Amino acid sequence: MSENFRSSETKFLDKTNRISFIYNGKKYYGYKGDTLASALLSNGVHLIGRSFKYHRPRGIMTCGSEEPNAIVQIGGNGSFTEPNVRATEQEIYEGLEASSQNCWPSVEFDVGGINNFISPVIPAGFYYKTFMWPRKLWYSLYEPAIRMSAGLGKSPTQPDPELYDHNHLHCDVLVVGGGISGIIAASISADNGNNTVLIDDKNSLGGSTIFQDDENFKIDDEISSVWLNNQIKNIKNKKNLIIKQRTSLAAYHSYNYLLARENLADHKSLNERANKLRQRLWKIRAKKVILATGAIERPLIFNNNDRPGVMLASSVKKYIDYFGVKCGNKNVIFTNNDSAYETAISLNKKGINVTIVDIRGKSSSVLVKNAKDAGIKIYWNHTVVDTKGYRRIKSIQIMEMSEDGTNVIGSKINLVCDNLSISGGWTPMVHLFTQSGGKLKFRDSDQVFLPNTATSDQINVGSCNGDFELDDIIKNTISDCKSFLSSSSTDFDLIKVSCPKQKENKNVWLLPNDKPLGKTKPFLDFQNDSTAKDIKLAMREGFRSIEHVKRYTTTGMGTDQGKLANMHALGIISETAGVKMGSLGTTTFRPPYTPLSFGTIVGRNVGTFFDIIRKTPMHTWHENHKAEFENVGQWKRAWYYPKTNESMNQAVQRESKAARESAGILDASTLGKIDIKGTDASEFLNRVYTNAWSKLGIGKCRYGLMLNEDGMVYDDGVTTRLSENHYLMTTTTGGAANVLSKLEDYLQTEWPELDVWLTSVTDHYATASVCGPNSKNILKKIFPNIEFNDENFPHMSFKNAELDGIYCRIMRISFTGEHSYEINIESKYGKSLWEKCMDAGKEFNITPYGTETMHLLRAEKGFIIVGQDTDGTMTPIDLQMDWIVSKKKYDFIGKRSLYRSDTMREDRKQLVGLLTDNPSEVLEEGAQIVQDEKKQPIEMLGHVTSSYFSPNLNKSIALAVVKNGKKLKGQKLLVPMKDKTIKVTVSDFIFFDNKNERLNA
Amino acid sequence: MKNNYSIFSLIKNSLTYHENWQQAWRDPEPKKEYDAVIIGGGGHGLATAFYLAKKHNMKNIAVVEKGWIGGGNTGRNTTIIRSNYLWDASAGLYDHALKLWENLSQEINYNVMFSQRGVMNLAHNLQDVRDLKRRTHANRLNGIDAVWLSTEEVKNFCPIINTSPDIRYPVLGGTLQRRAGTARHDAVAWGYARGADSMGVDIIQNCEVKAIKRSGDAVEGLETTKGFIKTKKIGVVAAGHSSVIANMAGIRLPLESKPLQALVSEPVKPIINTVVMSNAVHAYVSQSDKGELVIGAGTDAYVSYTQRGSHDVVEGTLKAILELYPIFSRMKMLRQWGGIVDICPDASPIVSKTSIKGLYFNCGWGTGGFKATPGSGDLFAHTIANDEPHVLNAAFNINRFVSGDLVDEHGAAAVAH
Amino acid sequence: MFIITCPFCGERDQSEFAAGGEAHIVRPKQPTELSDDEWADFLFMRKNIKGVQFERWNHAHGCRKWFNVIRDTSNDKIHAVYKMGEKPPIK
Repeated sequence: MSENFRSSETKFLDKTNRISFIYNGKKYYGYKGDTLASALLSNGVHLIGRSFKYHRPRGIMTCGSEEPNAIVQIGGNGSFTEPNVRATEQEIYEGLEASSQNCWPSVEFDVGGINNFISPVIPAGFYYKTFMWPRKLWYSLYEPAIRMSAGLGKSPTQPDPELYDHNHLHCDVLVVGGGISGIIAASISADNGNNTVLIDDKNSLGGSTIFQDDENFKIDDEISSVWLNNQIKNIKNKKNLIIKQRTSLAAYHSYNYLLARENLADHKSLNERANKLRQRLWKIRAKKVILATGAIERPLIFNNNDRPGVMLASSVKKYIDYFGVKCGNKNVIFTNNDSAYETAISLNKKGINVTIVDIRGKSSSVLVKNAKDAGIKIYWNHTVVDTKGYRRIKSIQIMEMSEDGTNVIGSKINLVCDNLSISGGWTPMVHLFTQSGGKLKFRDSDQVFLPNTATSDQINVGSCNGDFELDDIIKNTISDCKSFLSSSSTDFDLIKVSCPKQKENKNVWLLPNDKPLGKTKPFLDFQNDSTAKDIKLAMREGFRSIEHVKRYTTTGMGTDQGKLANMHALGIISETAGVKMGSLGTTTFRPPYTPLSFGTIVGRNVGTFFDIIRKTPMHTWHENHKAEFENVGQWKRAWYYPKTNESMNQAVQRESKAARESAGILDASTLGKIDIKGTDASEFLNRVYTNAWSKLGIGKCRYGLMLNEDGMVYDDGVTTRLSENHYLMTTTTGGAANVLSKLEDYLQTEWPELDVWLTSVTDHYATASVCGPNSKNILKKIFPNIEFNDENFPHMSFKNAELDGIYCRIMRISFTGEHSYEINIESKYGKSLWEKCMDAGKEFNITPYGTETMHLLRAEKGFIIVGQDTDGTMTPIDLQMDWIVSKKKYDFIGKRSLYRSDTMREDRKQLVGLLTDNPSEVLEEGAQIVQDEKKQPIEMLGHVTSSYFSPNLNKSIALAVVKNGKKLKGQKLLVPMKDKTIKVTVSDFIFFDNKNERLNA
Repeated sequence: MKNNYSIFSLIKNSLTYHENWQQAWRDPEPKKEYDAVIIGGGGHGLATAFYLAKKHNMKNIAVVEKGWIGGGNTGRNTTIIRSNYLWDASAGLYDHALKLWENLSQEINYNVMFSQRGVMNLAHNLQDVRDLKRRTHANRLNGIDAVWLSTEEVKNFCPIINTSPDIRYPVLGGTLQRRAGTARHDAVAWGYARGADSMGVDIIQNCEVKAIKRSGDAVEGLETTKGFIKTKKIGVVAAGHSSVIANMAGIRLPLESKPLQALVSEPVKPIINTVVMSNAVHAYVSQSDKGELVIGAGTDAYVSYTQRGSHDVVEGTLKAILELYPIFSRMKMLRQWGGIVDICPDASPIVSKTSIKGLYFNCGWGTGGFKATPGSGDLFAHTIANDEPHVLNAAFNINRFVSGDLVDEHGAAAVAH
Repeated sequence: MFIITCPFCGERDQSEFAAGGEAHIVRPKQPTELSDDEWADFLFMRKNIKGVQFERWNHAHGCRKWFNVIRDTSNDKIHAVYKMGEKPPIK
């Protein structure tokens, strides 16, 4: 295809760099710097997509992020595919693939177009009123059908091959927007010695002034674009100014915390971007922020204003003046203000046929005079009442407006055209300002919302602050920046600006028509197909707030988030309700300003970096010995060590037997370890554990149970008294961080008088736990200097030791019920310790076991695991651990809560053992327990918390919590499963060696 | 009843360009006195009014709303509906609600788009597996249709989940409740409002409560921005602002109000056909009828009434989403927002009388109140009308914080959304 | 995302801190002498103020010190910070 619509001259594109791209399967050409929209327009392509609800043909309307219609799928079906990309923002690159969305089989002929014909029956909110009968069809037909019609583009179906990054940025002043006001602001800020950052979302700076080549607009006697071009060259050399292009501000949070997306690759070909970053999210903390986000042009709301070829006048100007692309050969400009005359003059200069329709009666602007002088026909006091052309506008009909603007009079005039440029005035982009918490005010003269009071240290300059004329923009930007930045003088203090001034304003939110509203289609939200009729219907039905109307009609809820539609929706609501526009408020502008990729938000925290992995010092040994791992919090713990062809069950049975018959070894390094020092350490333990600690001898160990203040079991572990004022506390693996936080909290806030110091040493020590009848013999080999007899080293005691000159701590404690030792050594020696144990244990068939076997062995002994046998609702009494709750102690955390009416009930759920009638049948953990299956509703007495086949007892055992369980000992209960019911008997929860003889064996 | 909504009424009205539809609800000024006043025009408050009028014949009542109905958490949540709760009390409450949802569109003649597309909860570690199995067993015995799925079955039910064993926290299985799903949040508020209004309930918007007037231990009325309203019964259904009302009445509640955030992506063609929730990596997602991915983020840990949370929370949530759905990396966040949720220490609600006669509170729904809307309204209406809780909400009294008889859904019930 | 001035470390991003709820709820010295109601009040009942609230924060990813913050919960504006045990600088 040739670029018939490219006019020859444009200095903004690199004409030596011709680029081919594919659109809907066809090859087209454009130039480096083109957006997909400008390149398509240069090829005469206007039809881009279909609207959401009625599937009406839609074209390119704008040249920026406010585009509601021209959104496409980029990147075909591959992993680079991206839905809903605005053709007006996507730069073309060699090989770019783009296709239309929401149409089948093609954008030219779309079956969904049938919706346009039934549109009279499906107004806003129709679905709330129907599909209710018959009820069955809702589930089988209506609801699935509604669901199927969802969406515009298509989600990728493969993982993203590209990379994203995050970076933090701190600056004195952040300037958002690289138009003329932003350039001036950044310049003043940098000159004033501030570290300044200027960000702009386009690939070139200068906003719309950079292509404003009109003798009427002069700055210091130069044409505005020339002056600005020099300024841009100037600021690029400023030392304390960073300029970030293709960077769009996404969100403005309180405390001047802002997020900006820098686009690094989307304009590059796939070859150029391989293995490079695609986008970077800047997390910015700015001391001061200057918003210079500009304004966007408003459309006009009239019948059939949505056809391809209907575009914003300022965009048409940008396409011709910046991209050198004409949007039609025969243009009509439809306006309510002077700015569109700039478009008319530009087009006229390029030899394009232009006619103007203006709803005002006159204008005294010099621009209008210039247009008249150029011979452009102007229809004053006229409005468009209809447009024709299905896939592209072909003609329009205009009529004269009545004096008050509410009606049309006279006869219709038909104007043939292939482009209709519309301009309804300007809307300041206050989105970011309101995101930051700023409040708006309404200016009646030109019906705009403006920044009023800010909650952050920031100002707004340029058209986003309501200045639409060049002299106001420049002078106010300079004076506002000076006072905001406390700058006494700037390079711009003597600036001279001349520009045309607009004197005649007229605004009609919904333009009058010769037909009743019901017979017309005046679109507000072009993407979601909501019309002025829908707004009025919503109001008729009692929806009055803007939020209600928006939600009922879906106005402003498309991918453009109502950048074009919202003002007109508000206008029509206020007109219909007869209230002042300013009193209605606006909808909330929510972040992000423009849609932001999930990948960008997440950055590098994907895959391996999703969450840190904590590994013990022995981890590589476990890996080398083919351990399977279990995630426990962030830790990887060895779960079991299968030998070749061994199932998990077989491995666990083998490990469990070996540990009891000879020796087993467990990596217990993940247990939380807190070093406690201070003269009040014992008193501190008295307060945080349920049992008493003052009398614990030096070198002795004690098991402790910690409660929440509400009396429920929180954590447990063994604490060792290392010396008079020095303890080592162990916690559960998962609870370590929380326990430390909790202890610090009490210490600092409730008991600051206690002399106690807490240090987390979990990562400082590796722990190997050696158990079994031969554990003593193994340790004897490793620590020949220690006497491992019961007198010298009894159960629940501790010894300092040395291994090859390295300090160790050995605790004789047991979680398996076997004679057992835990050896702590500095982490970096953990693996050697482990290997020494393995070597020394070889003759005793020392067997490494994982967490699963540990769970089994302790269950045989009836030891609880906090978090498995408890769930935050169990008191120590419920666990039949009355023995550990000191009656003598005046207070400890959670004590008072044990004496409330419910916690004192005798029939609470209590920890019991369960034995299945069939000893080989293993219960499912989590299974519920009942007494009577027949009675409805079934009363659930409790559930199975831990369950295993015990190789040492050769039968199935389980721990459970059962209502009134203490009294049910010996009774038969039922465990109803999905397909069968299992009979069980309540038993003691200690199944093995209940006299603890093996501890000293 | 007002004009009935149906396909026929749509066709009929299309002939007159839809210019003859009646107001869905009136816009009345408050009367001097009502038999009961509900504070809060969200889904729960409007449902309460609806059932007070419908089942208890209390028609001289009003709902006062400081903003616009449905503008609080009703219009801000991610619309997940399920009843697969662990404890009997919770299961009873939420399944009562689910049964009402199943006929709600017909009951109120307003299509709330209840979609029983199923809700799946994923397990990512062995304790998750135990907890979710425990819950599934309890659900089955309570007559709730939850089933356990293996990893393979999870994948079959929702093929886009990354079930690779090589991810940081692999999917070890999950539970599925097929009757669960989503509904259109706004429609619930609007439908109940229309239904209540048609029975004579006054729905008074832009009417903020300024004070609760008491005489001794009983309520006498409330001071509002639209004047004093006399009443002997006040039902407070003010969600995040419950404590504000409680402070007016001089009582304290075990609540903290925290920001909860949610977000949607740009709309895409159907890609996920169910609701998937994951507790361990904290991500839950479904797809709206517009095609947006609807993603719930977590709460911040601090009290705030600003309706905005911190960016970290959103980042953390999307991180989890990409862990489970790497194909969504190039999807774009279209909109994010926050609500204020009032959270009880046991993550269960309060639907209860108070120490003040005639003052009732329905609060503490935390992050998961939407699903309970019809049940909450029905049971709260019962409590207000009879001055006595219904058996299904008896456990959710305020006194449980004194006795210790909490309904702790933290431990085993996964996220409470 | 606000900024909190840790009284020990200075200005830091909110993400470094952990919130600890309402401040100045002193743990009773003699819990056993409280009624169930009084104990429940200490344990669970909170003012949950909309407006200026006194609350506890912990510099969890910093010095790990607990301190008090006076913050307006309706707009997240922080009015003052002060150490544990100190009197609030404003009422």
